Amino acid sequence: MSELKVPTMAEMMASGQQPDVLFWVGCAGSFDDRAKKITRAFVKILNKVGVNFAVLGTEESCTGDPAKRAGNEFLFQMQAMGNIQVLNAYEVKSIVTTCPHCFNTLKNEYPELGGNYEVKHHSQYLQELIDDGKLTVEGGEFKGKKITFHDPCYLGRANDVYEAPRTLVQKLDAELVEMKRCKSKGLCCGAGGAQMFKEAEKGNKEINVERTEEALEIKPDVIATGCPFCMTMMTDGVKLAEKEKDVQVFDLAELIASANDL
Amino acid sequence: MISIVIFCVALVLASLLFAKNVRAIMANIKLGKDLDRSDRKGERLSLMARVALGQSKMVVRPVSGLLHIIVYVGFIIINIEVLEIVIDGITGKHRVFAFMGGFYHFLISAFEGLALLVLVSCLIFLIRRNVLRIKRFFGNEMTSWPKTDANLILITEVLLMSAFLLMNAADTQLQALGSEHYTQVGSFPISRHLVGLFGSAGETGLIMAERGLWWFHIIGIFAFLNYLPYSKHFHILLAFPNVFYSKLAPKGQLTNMAAVKKEVELMFDPNADPYAAPPEPVGEPERFGAKDVTDLTWKQLMDGYTCTECGRCTDVCPANITGKSLSPRKIMMDTRDRLDEVGKGIRTAKKKGVEKFDDGKSLLRDYISEEELLACTSCNACTDACPVNNDPLSVIVDLRRYLIMEESKAPAEWTGVFTNIENNGAPWQFAQADRLNWKNEA
Ligand code: SF4
Ligand code: SF4
Repeated sequence: MSELKVPTMAEMMASGQQPDVLFWVGCAGSFDDRAKKITRAFVKILNKVGVNFAVLGTEESCTGDPAKRAGNEFLFQMQAMGNIQVLNAYEVKSIVTTCPHCFNTLKNEYPELGGNYEVKHHSQYLQELIDDGKLTVEGGEFKGKKITFHDPCYLGRANDVYEAPRTLVQKLDAELVEMKRCKSKGLCCGAGGAQMFKEAEKGNKEINVERTEEALEIKPDVIATGCPFCMTMMTDGVKLAEKEKDVQVFDLAELIASANDL
Repeated sequence: MISIVIFCVALVLASLLFAKNVRAIMANIKLGKDLDRSDRKGERLSLMARVALGQSKMVVRPVSGLLHIIVYVGFIIINIEVLEIVIDGITGKHRVFAFMGGFYHFLISAFEGLALLVLVSCLIFLIRRNVLRIKRFFGNEMTSWPKTDANLILITEVLLMSAFLLMNAADTQLQALGSEHYTQVGSFPISRHLVGLFGSAGETGLIMAERGLWWFHIIGIFAFLNYLPYSKHFHILLAFPNVFYSKLAPKGQLTNMAAVKKEVELMFDPNADPYAAPPEPVGEPERFGAKDVTDLTWKQLMDGYTCTECGRCTDVCPANITGKSLSPRKIMMDTRDRLDEVGKGIRTAKKKGVEKFDDGKSLLRDYISEEELLACTSCNACTDACPVNNDPLSVIVDLRRYLIMEESKAPAEWTGVFTNIENNGAPWQFAQADRLNWKNEA
């Protein structure tokens, strides 16, 4: 397997270069074993297209999203200001990220604190690469497969991005099937609002089980997501239903990368 | 003559009482914190036209949406008829608008058609609530009063519409008898079929029936008007300003607390003297987050009074669907009920000359529990579903802020997450130095 080319901002700066776009990896994308695969898949695409990008590497830090949603505004703003200092020092203008939570925070909550960037979710970014003719996608192994897309709350309802992910699925020549609750009516996977990091409150069902059951009802071959946390939740749900042999959970970046044999 | 006097007194009393109650609600809403929503007026107007006037979020559920539009449109249009009734009442005339001739006949016929539609729709609504017992109308917060309130509204509308139709039927019969005072305007399409109900009543009996229904109808409307401020039905007025002042930012964007920003900026300021004494707080120290309704903004308080208790939010809430105690409708109703309590308390305290109102209670815990707050995934399904653009999530977040920042009351796992973010820049215990390791892992 070929090496990934992942320049850091510091290296770029040292050699007097400025990347066109910063890839914000996020905590899950950096540390979570499953999410790291998404990160790598996305970088493979960037490498293949030859995008002039960089990452912050060890200079990246949590955006503060889980802290903010949990109610710890102080910690959030500490994180935000720290990140903004780094980003502004590198004169970053444009950011792409594979995490809808980072996407939302960077795009909507950083400007007021002094961080103004053009921020895109990787589904939007990939669609643009395709639209510009820089990336071609053929169905590959997913041709004719039944794929459903689970809308991440922070991509869909929070920021009204519904079409880019679906366009990507269709580019795979796959059959896009919708769950009963989709797009603006999509059901949360259960991870948002810092729920990812604690036991659920007392109830009669886990939210990810409810959501996975809904996905399994339409008998897809693949459940596609665009969020590392949804990934964890849906993968766990599929495992709990003992359906991991029939149904796979993939991120959009992974689908596009494997369709391109990357 | 005497009836004119009675009518005018009733009209004035009803209006004064209504104005007083509305003022009390406005005063309560003003107890909230400042928030500037005066920007982007054009956008706000068009949002109001779509969501409040056009009911765009109601029709997402076609059955109830359509029925609601019928009742709503009917209600507004039939109020033109009330104008005539009021003028008749003040002047002692009968059907003052009858001079319009054919057009008048058309109008009243249309009103009758609408009245019938409203009546039938309200009956269907009653059946949905009480016979079909649709799940959305139940839940912990739907205690006996909210359920009674909903039924009272529907029953009142059924009665008012019935009175209107029966009154016209008696009128038709009186016209046929050539009774003096009853202007010849002809019969109307719906009430015409009800004339039989008055059977063989003589002229006196008919006049009594017609007058009785007329009075019942108009006094009923006065009473209903004054019932609004005590009821979720107040949304028919507040829906408009409430939608106008909606949050226009992307749903995912939470506010950045200004008080926190000041402190954090100071910490990041390289010129700040780290040993300087903190500046003397001016006035009361600012509270981080919300403990009680007075810590919320006026818009969040207005949300409470606008809530229709329809349960569309709770019906789509992932926490509620999976059996958690959180219900966004309850968040809104609690906010309103607590505000009512605080508002009354403040007014009574003022009358007694007491400086400050404190009943030892607060929205947090006495109304909304930690467990409810902690169950929210901040998914925005509730705000998306709400037909009057309420924002229960913002209240949840503000209460959480108080819990975490003022009381340091976080579940143990969250405390760990905070420490990790602070020390390693990630919610998990991984070193920041390892952040790029994925690059070399296959
Ligand atoms: S944002 Fe919170 S309260 Fe609203 S629907 Fe989602 S989980 Fe429920
Ligand atoms: S907050 Fe909105 S959706 Fe929820 S019950 Fe009230 S009016 Fe209905």
